[in-house]
Amino acid sequence: MNKKDIIICRCEDVSLADIHECLEQGYTTFEDLKRILRVGMGPCQGQTCSQLIQAEIAKYLKLNKAEVALSKTRPLITGVVLEDIAKAKKGDL
Amino acid sequence: MIGASIVIIGGGISGLSVAYNLAKKGMKDIHVIDKGYFTNGATGRCGAGVRQQWATKLNCILARKSIEFFKEANKTLNYKKDIEFKQRGYLILATTIEEDEQFSKNVSLQNSLGIPSEKLTVEEALKIVPHLNPKSFISATFCPTDGHVNPFLMSEAYYLAAKDLGVNFHFYEEVKSIEIKEDIIQKVITDKDIYKTKRVVNAAGGYAREIGLMANVEIPVYSENHEILVTERTKDLQGPMVMSFSKNIYCQQVPHGSFLMGRSNPQALPSHDISSSWEFLDEMALTVSDILPEVAKLRVIRTWGGSYNNSPDRQPIISDISTLPNYYIACGFSGHGFMFAPITGELLSQIILGEQLDEYAKELHIDRFKDNKTTDYEHSVV
Repeated sequence: MNKKDIIICRCEDVSLADIHECLEQGYTTFEDLKRILRVGMGPCQGQTCSQLIQAEIAKYLKLNKAEVALSKTRPLITGVVLEDIAKAKKGDL
Repeated sequence: MIGASIVIIGGGISGLSVAYNLAKKGMKDIHVIDKGYFTNGATGRCGAGVRQQWATKLNCILARKSIEFFKEANKTLNYKKDIEFKQRGYLILATTIEEDEQFSKNVSLQNSLGIPSEKLTVEEALKIVPHLNPKSFISATFCPTDGHVNPFLMSEAYYLAAKDLGVNFHFYEEVKSIEIKEDIIQKVITDKDIYKTKRVVNAAGGYAREIGLMANVEIPVYSENHEILVTERTKDLQGPMVMSFSKNIYCQQVPHGSFLMGRSNPQALPSHDISSSWEFLDEMALTVSDILPEVAKLRVIRTWGGSYNNSPDRQPIISDISTLPNYYIACGFSGHGFMFAPITGELLSQIILGEQLDEYAKELHIDRFKDNKTTDYEHSVV
């Protein structure tokens, strides 16, 4: 299958070909790839793509998957409507 | 041991711009050292806005000149991708009589310096951003040539251009000390290597003060955590950045489709803290619900923090040091280092190479804070 047709990050529409191209350019950490390609920045916050990208980095650098750090996990766990947070704060929810 | 004609400490947007400008003018053996990943510091954490609506002459000039660069940056830097420069303006809301009066003065100053800002009534502002809550402000200012640049891609554009010109980059490498003998810089020592050099640039952003102290240079700056959030992406809803100093908010939709918004914490203490707090989320949600209720219907998907490196007058320090030759600083941007980066690199490269400086640029010298002198203070800051 063409690497351009294999979608790794579904939220930001990033393909396996994009990942490999960035690795070749020297962006070989998850944090680097995140900033150049936006992987893990969408609504699921990397819950789908993290493991796949970790495996690709490991393969490229010839490391064990466990040796490849994921990107920093940031709040929130899931998307929350801003208005609902405001209402909860005001006690209206 | 590596021989370097200059060591630039900090690979964020300021260090990148300085490196690029020096290399373009022919300097060889430039080494940029950064302790983390690409754009790990303030650059990669910023709000991605670029504006010219300032209250001090210096900030206005720096901003205007930087916008001129952004306009042509893809071409100038031969960047194959796109820095996502968008000029859809900044709309700044006045919510009090005092602010309204101050904004009239700001617009006069900006216009006198060639910045096309104007004062707007509530009705005029609503034509530009129809979903604004008309009860949340009394007047506004607008500058159509302000806007947005993608911090990651702008950094990459500088990085690739500098690399092409032969600049050496060392990420994940931390500077531990600077060796000086009889006021002459000798070496920069990192956790991985030793660089033999006579010249050092401190472009360390949030850590500029600490990198100063390594050379016994006292820089009157401190870092402060500013939090920010991003929403899910949505249709094109809002052209300009909407901002209010009195309500403590900036909020823009980036070309990607998501909204970025942030505010400052009046209780924040000087520190290197960059964590996220639930208090920020509460206050941000309340403020955006008040001013931009349509935007508050979106989901927030991520929050983070980053350091403002504040100077005493909230204007940058771009300078050499009278007591230590060949030590140069670009810091104290007070939250605006990204949008001033093009002119920062140009000016500091002129200082380093001993070129003639424009009069205004001399006012950015660190000695302006000597003997408690009074300088212009920038109030237009969130």
